[in-house]
Amino acid sequence: MSLERIKIAPELYDIMPPEYQDLVQRATYGKESRGWKDIGTTKELIEEHSLCAGCPESMAFRYILASLPNPEDTVMVGSTGCTSLVFPHVAVHNIHSLFGNQNAVASGLKRALALRFPGRIKDVVVLAGDGATVDIGLDMTLQSWFRQEKFTTICFDNELYANTGGQESGLMQKGFVAKMAPVGKTFEKVRLPEIARESGCHYVVNCTVSKPNLVEKVVKNAVYVAREIGPTYIQFYTPCILEIGKNSMEGLQEMRDAEKPNERFAYKEYVSDAAKELLAEIAAKEKERKAAAKKQLAGQNA
Amino acid sequence: MATPSIIGQKNKKGQVYTDPWYMLHEAPRTPSFFTGSEVIKEAIRRASVDVMIAYPITPQSEAAALIGELFAEGYVGDYFRGESEFAVMSECAGAAFGGARVFTTTAGPGTMRAMENFPMWAGSRLPIQMIVTCRGINSPLSIQPDTLEMAYLLQTGMLVWHAETAQDFYDWILKGYMVAEEPDVHLPLALCCDGFFVTHTKDMVELTPADMCLPPYDPYRSPVPCMDMECPPVRMMRDPFVMKSNYISYATHASWQQEVWAAVERSRKHTIAWLDGLIDAENVESDVVIVASGTAVSQGREAVAMLADEGIDVGLVKVKTIRPWPGEEIREATKHAKHIVIPEFNIIGWLAREVKATIPNNERVHAGPHVAGGMTMPPEIIVGEIKSLLGMKVETLATRGS
Repeated sequence: MSLERIKIAPELYDIMPPEYQDLVQRATYGKESRGWKDIGTTKELIEEHSLCAGCPESMAFRYILASLPNPEDTVMVGSTGCTSLVFPHVAVHNIHSLFGNQNAVASGLKRALALRFPGRIKDVVVLAGDGATVDIGLDMTLQSWFRQEKFTTICFDNELYANTGGQESGLMQKGFVAKMAPVGKTFEKVRLPEIARESGCHYVVNCTVSKPNLVEKVVKNAVYVAREIGPTYIQFYTPCILEIGKNSMEGLQEMRDAEKPNERFAYKEYVSDAAKELLAEIAAKEKERKAAAKKQLAGQNA
Repeated sequence: MATPSIIGQKNKKGQVYTDPWYMLHEAPRTPSFFTGSEVIKEAIRRASVDVMIAYPITPQSEAAALIGELFAEGYVGDYFRGESEFAVMSECAGAAFGGARVFTTTAGPGTMRAMENFPMWAGSRLPIQMIVTCRGINSPLSIQPDTLEMAYLLQTGMLVWHAETAQDFYDWILKGYMVAEEPDVHLPLALCCDGFFVTHTKDMVELTPADMCLPPYDPYRSPVPCMDMECPPVRMMRDPFVMKSNYISYATHASWQQEVWAAVERSRKHTIAWLDGLIDAENVESDVVIVASGTAVSQGREAVAMLADEGIDVGLVKVKTIRPWPGEEIREATKHAKHIVIPEFNIIGWLAREVKATIPNNERVHAGPHVAGGMTMPPEIIVGEIKSLLGMKVETLATRGS
């Protein structure tokens, strides 16, 4: 999509909703250096959210949307759960169809877009909860990786079924007492990042969303690698403060505690050789760009 | 209908994008001796399909694999084997959301496994075409012809057509896209046939020229936005309706369901034009009229001929579309009938239920004969039931075991 597409005809400007006027004037579509630092200074691609106050998932949503490298040509695929309450507020095209079929939908979508827009970038990003990714949708999650489908899968791991009221999920920790796990979960947290690596993902990261700059980096890397090479997977800890008995302001600390060394969300990544090469190339270009900009700036000041 | 600018241009295989009405009604036809599965392949060769997603299940596996050959030859844009019917139908949805013309095939337990997708397809207004080669769905396992699965498709909001012959199949696959993709319809189509009887038997089929094909699908004629970020990505709603317990959210859902079913109704005028009516009626001035769909029509036609030899006059109604339901047409065609006989290849008799719910004095409906689980339906059974209804002595009543 060209930025021109969303511009409003002057005659109709005053009858468009203020959010849309705002989107045209101040959103960061097409801005090469867009990132988490735009948050609060420009129009964000998420208008407002209907999640609980202080929900880390809402932070994750804002960081991810600020970090997408080209939202003007990105389509997101969601699934049922808390994320499906947010997507209707998001200013990129997004699909919710059923619970757990997100990677299947994304497979068809990515192929259709590749056919219809040869030579153009059309990124597809899946964003779904852990129930959708690991339980009901695991088959389709893995099969899309086996097939080397070129899109990014992001899992919001809150270690339970939050939207239905806190039931056991496959990514829940062993021993945690929850609805449907009345005597505590009897088996270990499913090791999806390791499974993702073995299933053919070229870039895998497991971390929390406590640091927006880290979220920006891994989201951009995941999208770039998916675009050029093959499937990528990010598992973000977005704790459900409600269901683990925390207060609204305690989400950030919960994530910081969970990412300490040897904790289950200590930063962990896997990058295939092909992806390493690509990311190094991108980093070199970025360095070059920055150096050129600096030089130009110095020239202007001289 | 055709996008005028593209008509006359060639695709990468050298086929000419042809006005669909001309291609299907006026272009020369070549008689060819093909199985039903091969006929599906030949129709898709000419259908400008972007994406086909396949999964093996008898009796559609052959057709699904043949479309793969078309992909290898370059006639289909993309093709792959999915992991299950549920996933395949979601993959089809993704491709259709992305603006592709999509084709798939399934059967029996596969249809049931995929079922959650079908109301989603209809609600999302995705004009996917799915061939259903009907087979048994219940335990004990059966791969044999049985049309029970169609009963489940009737309430999904999809268009549901029931082909009798390979020729129907050939024409309706192509015509199906024309109806389903109309902006005021834009719904998925389940094009059903009786497995094996149609897919695995050879028949003479009149094919349109292989160098003519349908114009490509134009996703911007859809009544809902195509998910390709080529149109403004405003927020869809100020508040997501899901899980809001208020009247506006109920009314929104209810009105969209009404709209989906209104779209099924609006498909009527296009379907009547393309299929030359939702039913075919022959000799319906008779006291006895057979109403049937699919292969049961062929068996009914045989029974009509056998009874005619004995001087018994019987009419025949071929029901071509189940959704939209040709209620008025059937009321009109059966208004003189004292007995309405409805032979079916399933145990519950869903066609008879639909007819009974439609016509006045429905005690005239004789639901049967029914065969199921792969049994054939010799016309003698239909003849026997009709004679018995007329109070005539019947030598053997195959259905009653006497």
